[in-house]
Amino acid sequence: MLYTALYTKGFRVLMMVIGKVHSIETCGTVDGPGIRYAVFLQGCPLRCIYCHNPDTWPTDSKTATEISVEEIVRDIVKYKSYFKFSGGGMTLTGGEPLMQKAFCKEVFKACQTQGIHTALDTSGCYKIDEHVAEILSYTDLVLLDIKTINPARFLDLAGIKIDNTLAFAQYLNDNNIPVWIRFVQVPGHTNITKEMHDLAQYVCNLKNVDKFSVLPFHQLGAYKWADMGLDYKLQDTKEPTKEETENLRNLFRSYGLDVI
Amino acid sequence: MERPQWQNFNPGPWQTEVNVRDFIIKNYTPYLGDESFLAAPSSATVKLWEKAKKLIDQEYKKGILDAETSTPSSIQAYGPGYIDKDLETIVGFQTDAPLKRAILPFGGYRVVANALAAYGYTLDPGTARVFSEFRKTHNQGVFDVYTDEMIKARKSGIITGLPDAYGRGRIIGDYRRVALYGTDFLLKEKLREKTHLVKEISEETIRLREELSEQMTALKELTGMAKAYGFDISVPAANAQEAIQWTYFAFLGAIKQQDGAAMSLGRVTTFLDIYIERDLLSGIITEEKAQEFIDHFVMKLRMVRFLRTPEYNSLFSGDPTWVTEAIGGQSTGGQTFVTKNSFRILHTLYNLGSAPEPNLTVLWSVNLPRGFKDYCAKASIDTSSIQYENDDLMRPVWGDDYGIACCVSATSIGKQMQYFGARVNLVKALLYAINGGVDEMTGEQITPAFAPITSEYLDYDEVLERYNQITDWLADLYIKTLNIIHYMHDKYNYESLQMALHDRDILRTQATGIAGLSIVVDSLSAIKYAKVKVIRNEKGIAVDYNVEGEYPAFGNNDPEINEIASNIVKDFMNKLKQHKTYRNAKITLSVLTITSNVVYGKKTGATPCGRKAGEPFAPGANPMNGRDTKGAIASLASVSSLPYTHAQDGISLTFSIIPSALGKTADRRLNHLVAILDAYFSDMGHHMNVNVFDKETLLDAMENPHLYPQLTIRVSGYAVNFVKLTREQQLDVIHRTIHERV
Repeated sequence: MLYTALYTKGFRVLMMVIGKVHSIETCGTVDGPGIRYAVFLQGCPLRCIYCHNPDTWPTDSKTATEISVEEIVRDIVKYKSYFKFSGGGMTLTGGEPLMQKAFCKEVFKACQTQGIHTALDTSGCYKIDEHVAEILSYTDLVLLDIKTINPARFLDLAGIKIDNTLAFAQYLNDNNIPVWIRFVQVPGHTNITKEMHDLAQYVCNLKNVDKFSVLPFHQLGAYKWADMGLDYKLQDTKEPTKEETENLRNLFRSYGLDVI
Repeated sequence: MERPQWQNFNPGPWQTEVNVRDFIIKNYTPYLGDESFLAAPSSATVKLWEKAKKLIDQEYKKGILDAETSTPSSIQAYGPGYIDKDLETIVGFQTDAPLKRAILPFGGYRVVANALAAYGYTLDPGTARVFSEFRKTHNQGVFDVYTDEMIKARKSGIITGLPDAYGRGRIIGDYRRVALYGTDFLLKEKLREKTHLVKEISEETIRLREELSEQMTALKELTGMAKAYGFDISVPAANAQEAIQWTYFAFLGAIKQQDGAAMSLGRVTTFLDIYIERDLLSGIITEEKAQEFIDHFVMKLRMVRFLRTPEYNSLFSGDPTWVTEAIGGQSTGGQTFVTKNSFRILHTLYNLGSAPEPNLTVLWSVNLPRGFKDYCAKASIDTSSIQYENDDLMRPVWGDDYGIACCVSATSIGKQMQYFGARVNLVKALLYAINGGVDEMTGEQITPAFAPITSEYLDYDEVLERYNQITDWLADLYIKTLNIIHYMHDKYNYESLQMALHDRDILRTQATGIAGLSIVVDSLSAIKYAKVKVIRNEKGIAVDYNVEGEYPAFGNNDPEINEIASNIVKDFMNKLKQHKTYRNAKITLSVLTITSNVVYGKKTGATPCGRKAGEPFAPGANPMNGRDTKGAIASLASVSSLPYTHAQDGISLTFSIIPSALGKTADRRLNHLVAILDAYFSDMGHHMNVNVFDKETLLDAMENPHLYPQLTIRVSGYAVNFVKLTREQQLDVIHRTIHERV
């Protein structure tokens, strides 16, 4: 069994690391290549005004489930056939997974030992310290969310500065860790033409970007803001049309990016 | 032996003995490419299908288009019928006009009379008199012998859907034999089999000699039926068109003689490809013509009709006939059975639009050619009209020439017959365990009386112990009931033509089934992991339950819960196996509900899992609606953990997903669906219906049915026209877990 093997390698103590999990989706099809076991971790330091999962923000949520590394890995390995046939794997997402660094590190390490592809869906809002560096050494793919390339607007949208995210991107570039850039198209907030050209230009200068993913803003998470008694500023923001999204994808494509 | 019709075929044992499999293995051409060779519908096809659709539309509006009222159906009862003789390349209807319903009173004449009356027709008094005074039916035979206990259990619905009032179906004749050999050859073989059967004249040989005699009569009648259409099927088919025609005639004869609940076609696609390839090579036909033959053949299969009561139709959602065709699969030698014709038959979903019949069933192997896998996935995403079954799992059990009887159960073609046994409602069994065998809906004592559970909160061990007692009783009664049914069906409504297209010595299986698995599992889980408080009525009958706390539900791939589910299946199968069956049939078990999950739910009280009285069951082996919270794959993996070894009649799963949850782009959707099928089946899953649609489409179809005449969805083991479902069933489909997280 997996655990015996891991125990004998001396991981016993670390396997006791507990993660706070918001939810699990075993049929993730947008969180990296193939079919993915997506773990939504609880807690996020960002407060993006268009967030569709504000229920993942609080770190002390009562609805979160505490799961040990051992437990979650035992569950993930059950789906190896699906990963194998689809070229998929597992993704840590959130919330912001890097709020739970020890858990990320141990889960990725154990999954890689099992030959399971690991993806980290992050805003890159943390400084690269030794912990983050170690996590990234077990990461097969980073899904890096760049809200906007304009620093002032970034602060307005996400409530934090852009600096760490850019440093994060640079680190991934320097260490040749594959990246998919994610960009959410929010009409009136992120799809400012000049800034999107700037973003495309910036991404083109990175040499480790496999794909560029455009995600159209949607209103499906609006009710969660109301449920949590939060002030949602985007009630009146329209979801982009299919055509608008396709146009934006074409804009990024014109820079030679592999856009999905 | 050489025959002019067999020119250019590779020789083998098939030439001297009835051995269609050997013929296929020696002669078929595997196809490893993609769908680019396929042809659009011919102008004749377009015209013909327009005419057919008009008739189908009229029928939809009226309920039925027309019905026979006096002459009982038989192979030769009615003259030929056509839509447009000049356009049809494959001919033949069950009566002398398309969609006109025949009457088949040998299973039970009351059902026929009631069904006619429901649509404003009257059964001819002379015919009624024959079947009430002179000719006993299967139905009468069964009720002559049923015990009081059986009648009670049947009425309460703990044993349900029994084929005791109409044809039992589920038998698949090897219709290919008529095309390959012609009826003369088959008659000679039957005569030889009968002649050798003289060593001892016991009850068994007497019966078999009579059956063989009936079979020969049926073959002669079939020859006569074809002659009325202008064809001589006493000799082998000489070309592709004839091969399809002969095969269809054999099937047509079967559905003139029997109105079985399910009348599968078998596995004819690859067999027919051999004839098509020969004609294509010699330049007699083009690909366009080959597709036209298959389109016309499928059109006929889409127009198979039986006269049913409206209640029957609401039970099964529409007008199902289960003309199931098994496509693809691999040979025991490891070669694929996929041919160009496997593509052609799926291509009818584009040329003619989607449809519930024929029940297109792909026998999936991880080793199927990639081009075919992709085309299947594409057609599933576009039409939601295909079901999949695990060839790698079934082939070792049933060989490589099996078809699918009814919805999901494998049957070796021409070598095996199934005794259809419908199913027991295991949820009721659990409720009877709590209520001492008293029905929770009627208050009637159904089982021999025993003490009910009287505690305020349910105790896991106590409930399990009582459940064990009830299922002991149930398994015994169930098999006894089925023994009566099949004895009488053999006696009064024997399938002489279908059995003429079998070997003399066959394997008989007694197909049984269970419904409500996920509710039983969830209820046991609730009792074990949460607290379940019983609410009793004034008579002390438990009628509702309060679940305090949370419990892990089936569908989240929790190993302990999966084990409870497996044990329920294994235990019941092991209990059934202890009983003697009619004609020593081997017992198999299915986890299947068809769309009756809505009706079963209606007849079943509240359950300890928190389900309210009357709420639908989940279909087949599916987890309960909305309780599978970890996403589609965890839900699939829960079902694939159920043991096929103990449920060889099949484990049905209906998988519904919205397109955007399957993947962002068309390419990804296709790849993901192929991967899901590969993974589910390599994890030993047995069956999967695949639906890919938006909830909005279904809601719109409910409001504007006229815009969606062909909208097809897969339900447990077969497909239906969505607009033909009752409103209740439509809502059930919409509420049912449609995996939609994006």
